[in-house]
Amino acid sequence: MLEFHWQAILILLPFAGAAGCFLWPQRAVPLGLFVASGIVICVIGAGWQLAELGTQRYAVGGWGAPLGIDLYTDGLSLLMLAVTALAGLGISIYSSGYFSHERARYFWPLWMFLWTALNALFLSADIFNLYVTLELLGLAAVALVALAGGADALSGAMRYLLVSLLGSLAYLLGVALLYHGFGSVDIAILAQRVEPSPVVWAAAGLMSAGLLLKTALFPLHFWLPPAHASAPAPVSALLSALVVKASFYILARLWLEIFPFAGPGPALLMGLLGAAAVLWGGVQALRQTRLKMLIAYSTVAQTGYLFLAFPLASVTGWTAALYMLLSHAAAKTAMFMAAGNILYFGGHDRIADLDRIVQRLPLTITAFALAGVSIMGLPPSGGFIAKWMLLEAAIRSGQWWWVGILIVGGLLSAAWAFKVIGYAFTRSEAPHDTRKIPVVMEWSALLMAMLAILLGLFAPWPLALMEIGSPFDREGSG
Amino acid sequence: MNTALLYALVGAGLFFLGLYALIVHAHLLRKILAINVMGSGVFLVLVALAARTGEAAPDPVPHAMVITGIVVAVSATALALALALRVQAETGRAELPEEPLE
Amino acid sequence: MAREPGGEKIVNPNPMMSNGNNCQRLFRLLLGLLLAVLAAGLGYVLSSLPSPAPGLSKPVAEHLEASGVSNPVTAVLLNYRAYDTLLELGVLLLAPLGVWSLGVAARHREPLVDPVLDMLARLLVPMLILVAGYLLWAGAHAPGGAFQAGSVLAAAGVLLLLSGWWPGPAFSGLPLRVSLTAGPGVFLVAGVALMFAGGRMLEYPPPFAGALILLIEAAATWSIGITLAALFAGGRPVAGPHR
Repeated sequence: MLEFHWQAILILLPFAGAAGCFLWPQRAVPLGLFVASGIVICVIGAGWQLAELGTQRYAVGGWGAPLGIDLYTDGLSLLMLAVTALAGLGISIYSSGYFSHERARYFWPLWMFLWTALNALFLSADIFNLYVTLELLGLAAVALVALAGGADALSGAMRYLLVSLLGSLAYLLGVALLYHGFGSVDIAILAQRVEPSPVVWAAAGLMSAGLLLKTALFPLHFWLPPAHASAPAPVSALLSALVVKASFYILARLWLEIFPFAGPGPALLMGLLGAAAVLWGGVQALRQTRLKMLIAYSTVAQTGYLFLAFPLASVTGWTAALYMLLSHAAAKTAMFMAAGNILYFGGHDRIADLDRIVQRLPLTITAFALAGVSIMGLPPSGGFIAKWMLLEAAIRSGQWWWVGILIVGGLLSAAWAFKVIGYAFTRSEAPHDTRKIPVVMEWSALLMAMLAILLGLFAPWPLALMEIGSPFDREGSG
Repeated sequence: MNTALLYALVGAGLFFLGLYALIVHAHLLRKILAINVMGSGVFLVLVALAARTGEAAPDPVPHAMVITGIVVAVSATALALALALRVQAETGRAELPEEPLE
Repeated sequence: MAREPGGEKIVNPNPMMSNGNNCQRLFRLLLGLLLAVLAAGLGYVLSSLPSPAPGLSKPVAEHLEASGVSNPVTAVLLNYRAYDTLLELGVLLLAPLGVWSLGVAARHREPLVDPVLDMLARLLVPMLILVAGYLLWAGAHAPGGAFQAGSVLAAAGVLLLLSGWWPGPAFSGLPLRVSLTAGPGVFLVAGVALMFAGGRMLEYPPPFAGALILLIEAAATWSIGITLAALFAGGRPVAGPHR
């Protein structure tokens, strides 16, 4: 079993699930849950394989790069697969209660396609193949946003689609330049052949611009809040926790492996934009009157932290950013689920009218508060570990000024989190009708929030996983 | 200047022409067309430069990539058009709201 | 709607908005200039690319024998980089799924009782199917293949839809969904079966490669044709009057 094709199954299983859910919509829920648990098992299998045998290169079709396409698994890709599997399982369970029959018919196959795209993306070692996965990801995500219906969601989905396509095309043009310049689209081969030249700079610029747009880094974030806030709650969770991280992952891979010689200029620029995102996203989150919009702006802010890894440019810096990604995925999933519960329960998400949610939905508000602890970066949460490591990396590299961003960002998160919780304790002037929430929706939110906290208590284990194949230890980046 | 380069330059021009149209035009149909023009530009760059093998037969790999790209573009365009129609039906305008931020 | 602070528009001029005034004209002028400069830069980069550059044409040719087909583009699409094509068929299945989730097909096109169009459809559709079949077969050794054949098949479908031949309720349920899924489905089954037969994912044994590719392409042609025609219909099918 150690030599088993775990990587291939991780892609084929959700793909088959998508086809199955499309063919037999009345069986979609059990089929989806089956696929979700299967993926968790495959990730465990892949992790075991990685721990025993080291990094894995899988030549699809048996050809091998440069002629064929390779799948590559190291600690970084394994961690992304694991985040996706855990958040995906939680979201699948949540969704089994959330969607009406008519919506579920489309949600499940689209979600399975999204999962296929994510797994394929994290495994791919081929920049053209990454383009195909990006498009699969983008189209599935857009269709999922539009599933909410209504003017806001449809406009949000439309803008998201245009932005997503623009980003993919810029990326593809960069791929075209690299292929025609160096005769391969395999990341490892390119890493050997690429040298600083106008072609490389143009390709790096085009690909990074496209991916930054998809990752919604400030000031290219304008499309994210409306799309993430107007989507159905499980979809918002998927988008914030996983989809924006996918393009960040490609960006990290490209800069660590293909363009490590870029020097401090571009890295500093990305760090500064990240810092601006932390501040701007935090301030905007504080100004919002709708809960989901607030959480969406917090995603803009939290994405900013990830980009601090570029200027810090050390193994600790990258590990910290990845830990931030991991804990943000868990916390943000829990938070959007909690917001979805509140919306489902009371029919609105106006923060000022939360009306004693504490008494009525104790599990949900606990989930929100625990997730908030991680996003603020208070101990003993995953967010705390990540910020602590960022702090360490900043001081060690002598770039202490980033510490200010960490502190202000944390304070802004604390401000909005306490604002929401405060309203949840007070009686609203406008009482409203409520409806019963499926039990799974409350519990899955709470479990995801607890995961975000547990990430703080059991940090050494994921940190050790991340080091397999030492994805961050590249000359020129350290 | 050889033919391959000439076509590639046209492709680069189409890409930026499409980008200009995507940014300045508000109507969704124009935006969708602009994206398609940009896509054609990228495909042209990919295919044109494949002729630089120095032999009669071009490099087949970019050709296969372009076929893949075209299929993706068709799918994306179909989804975009359906979405644009729904936006128009729901808001009465085939444009996106001017202020995306609530 | 909360107003944005005044600074926002200057720092971050949102490209998606349009205010009909001089400011907009200036914005367009500056944007045009900026893009022209970028285009010139890209042009310079393109002209700096090495030539001749063989790319991957040599390894493609070397392994052509084992690929099962003699058309190098088909070899890349269906064998060397078959995995890309598998995912791409996924994208193609995703499109009708997304379009269907948005609403039902608007049957605004009145079934045209135009005798000329009706005649044309009767005449052209069998021809188009024949051409599609030829393109599918020819793809193994000459320009052609599943995508070209599928597009021709789709043209036949569009012609049928335009002349009022909407599929009946018997087809628009599971049979239609099976048709849409057949291409990626057969591909997927082949990929998994080969994996359990001892190879890697999508690793065709050379003696069977040609036959496998034809099988996969045949299913893909059918799915591509039906998918594109279904996309043309613009929404999920509804049971209704049909001919």
